[in-house]
Amino acid sequence: MSCAPLSVDGLCFTYPGEHHRALDGFGLQVAAGERVAVLGPNGSGKTTFVMHLNGLHQLQQGAITIGDLEMCDDNLAEIRRRVGAVFQDADDQLFMPSVRADVAFGPANLGVPKAERDAIVERALTQVGAMDLIDRTPHHLSGGEKRRVAIATVLAMDPHMLVLDEPTSGLDPFGRRELADLLVSLPQTQLVVTHDLPFALQICPRSVVVSGGRVVADGPTAEVLADTALLEENRLELPYGFDPSRV
Amino acid sequence: MAAPPAVPGEGIDDMFDSPAIVAMHAPDGFLEPGVAVVTAVIAVVVTAIGLRRATDELGDRQVPLAGLAAAFIFAAQMFNFPVAAGTTGHLLGGALAAILLGPWVGSLIVTVVVVVQAVLFADGGLTALGYNTINMSIVTAFGGWAAFRLLRRVMPANSAGVVGATALAAGISVVLSSAAFSIEWLFGASAPVAFDTVFGAMVGVHALIGIGEGLISALVIAAVLAARPDLVAGAADLDLADLSRPARVGTRTFVIGAFLSSIVVAAVVSQFAVDNPDGLEKVAEDEGFISSARDHALDSSIFADYATSGVDNATVSLAVAGVAGVLITLAVGYGLLGASRLGRRTQGA
Amino acid sequence: MGGGHGSSVDRLHLAGDTIIHRLAPHVKIVATFAFVISVAISPRQRVEVFAVAFACVLTLIMVARIPLRVWLARCAVILPFMTMAVLVPFVGGGEQTEVLGVSLSTDGLWAAFNIAAKALIGASASIVLAATTPVTGLLEGFARLRVPRVLISIVAFMIRYLDLLVAQLGRMRTAMVARAHDPRWLWQAKPIASSAGALFVRSYERGERVHQAMLARGYTGVMPDLVEQSRPRSDWWAAIVVPAPVVAVLVLGLL
Repeated sequence: MSCAPLSVDGLCFTYPGEHHRALDGFGLQVAAGERVAVLGPNGSGKTTFVMHLNGLHQLQQGAITIGDLEMCDDNLAEIRRRVGAVFQDADDQLFMPSVRADVAFGPANLGVPKAERDAIVERALTQVGAMDLIDRTPHHLSGGEKRRVAIATVLAMDPHMLVLDEPTSGLDPFGRRELADLLVSLPQTQLVVTHDLPFALQICPRSVVVSGGRVVADGPTAEVLADTALLEENRLELPYGFDPSRV
Repeated sequence: MAAPPAVPGEGIDDMFDSPAIVAMHAPDGFLEPGVAVVTAVIAVVVTAIGLRRATDELGDRQVPLAGLAAAFIFAAQMFNFPVAAGTTGHLLGGALAAILLGPWVGSLIVTVVVVVQAVLFADGGLTALGYNTINMSIVTAFGGWAAFRLLRRVMPANSAGVVGATALAAGISVVLSSAAFSIEWLFGASAPVAFDTVFGAMVGVHALIGIGEGLISALVIAAVLAARPDLVAGAADLDLADLSRPARVGTRTFVIGAFLSSIVVAAVVSQFAVDNPDGLEKVAEDEGFISSARDHALDSSIFADYATSGVDNATVSLAVAGVAGVLITLAVGYGLLGASRLGRRTQGA
Repeated sequence: MGGGHGSSVDRLHLAGDTIIHRLAPHVKIVATFAFVISVAISPRQRVEVFAVAFACVLTLIMVARIPLRVWLARCAVILPFMTMAVLVPFVGGGEQTEVLGVSLSTDGLWAAFNIAAKALIGASASIVLAATTPVTGLLEGFARLRVPRVLISIVAFMIRYLDLLVAQLGRMRTAMVARAHDPRWLWQAKPIASSAGALFVRSYERGERVHQAMLARGYTGVMPDLVEQSRPRSDWWAAIVVPAPVVAVLVLGLL
């Protein structure tokens, strides 16, 4: 398992049929192994950015480099292996008839032979603490279980980087804590897109704020959360009674 | 992950149970083996072509898109739509699927639903898959699509036109489906009920069922057009300007108008049903498709030769017989509904 | 139209460890089809064939330890046709016989028996198959029997997302009922039908997102081969044993 740095430069993107830019000069540098929270109001371009990291959008303008690989059509398959994206709705990612099949899907696509694949599946599920779910059907799992299995499906591809889009949504407090423990234990570089500010403070030493398709703030999470003007400008608000300086 | 009950005390099973008024999933042996084999071959060929077309049209998205679309049709078919006084009916969805995804992909996904229903739920016989697929999937999708295209030509080129064409095409698709079944019955009946009786009754009652199918399909298309018009294959020729005015469906007017139309259809069709099928049967006899032993007339029933005894005027009596056929089948259907409802409550154990 | 299975496809399979449960799915599929076909082609006057077939089906149900009430409950799908079958002797034409003072069509009586017997036996065979084989097994079985993988995958995805969509449709309906909309008549169906339209859009968009998730995990356009261990033992004897009694009686009668 390894981690890789991320370099995003001047990323611009407009959805077909629309006029305003979803990404407008988005730039970000992340060191290998770093955990960075991506904050920002709805519609600021966070999800569009996440899609770019997996090569799910045509690169219109700008550059993305993961480790030593530059984003282009030739490198697409390898980039998709190196970047493990966990989307907002776990049901979109668990589409196979069983957990085992879902976690095996990625490695199978990479051509990993069966015996090795079984070992990888078990390792990934053990890492997320979901080994007991291996023969279950995805639609019977709870929100937290689905989230963990979704992460396992991505870990099975041995990624260098994890991108998680709203990973705490739908989780109960216990599930949130389990997820925090899990993410902290993983060595991969991580980008965590979230509205959950305490969660960001808990596991991400650094935060960036995205607004209008670009990064408007970048610094230690505690500082970003203490900047009330910045938060207000970007429709961010700390939970009632939460004081980041006392954490 | 059970859905909450619709009303206190009513479980999700109640929301989704209840069979179609006229059960469309024929069981094993309902039609003779010859018909079963021929229809099975046709169904396999059409499905194979549909699979090829799905690959062409949807590319590598075909598995998730066709899968989700099939799940949608399955779910929509299970849902009870109100018909009258609390009784419910079901959507067949073939025409709707075709108008949304094109006839090949549309019939493919409905076929998937029909096959799964037969294999997993014993809903439809395994040996009946040929004619069940043709009647419920292929005829409805292609017939509905053809009717839709023809109607689009005479309707305005905007949302309202698409919705109106959908309403009529979906209704027609149900009637075509029943006509297909009647023709299959002509060649492979397993019971001494004459073709004209079957034809008249089936077409009559399905004209009524078609009202529900037409209305529901139209409303669904209207909703999809409002949100994502690019998902309606039948509206692919229209641009944003044509689609900007959302269609308003006058549901009560539609239902009343369609009900009256189907009574007329039942009365009129029953006229032709008497004249032509004898010709069809004669042709079938001459060609050796059916033995003369199967040419059964309902001599003992009051609907002998499709004329009501005691009524002198031929046309009127024919019409009365046709309409009565519709009403009797409806009554039988509602009776079946009641009986099957009891059965449904215990199923799923 | 089947009812009661709105809750879950997975409830079909009744877990067990009988010999039938352990048979390879593709063999069970062939056995079921062979059995149902041989019953369906049997001429109706060969009553002994249907008796043997019914006995076979009951034997299978016993061996598979399917509770009788479960079997009967699942047979409810054929009730409309059984009712129809009952009516046929009353409306059928041709030669008539007297039964308890009522004039019934002879041909109609035979036809009623034909429909009822074949429907019941055919449905019961399907029920045994579905009760003893998990859905994933059935899909793999059909794949072994050369059904195109793409089609199998489409069915798998449909089954995977069916419960989700049914639940969503149910929630839409609940929301309407909560706002005192409880339609009784067809022309009141507008809100439900519009919701169904919204559900289609959501389902299609989910299909698009699932496709993106598949791409993100390296999907090349062809579903990867995720077959579980192939069974070394040959269960093909079952495909012969199950339809054999019916075929034997059928053929013997022709001699």
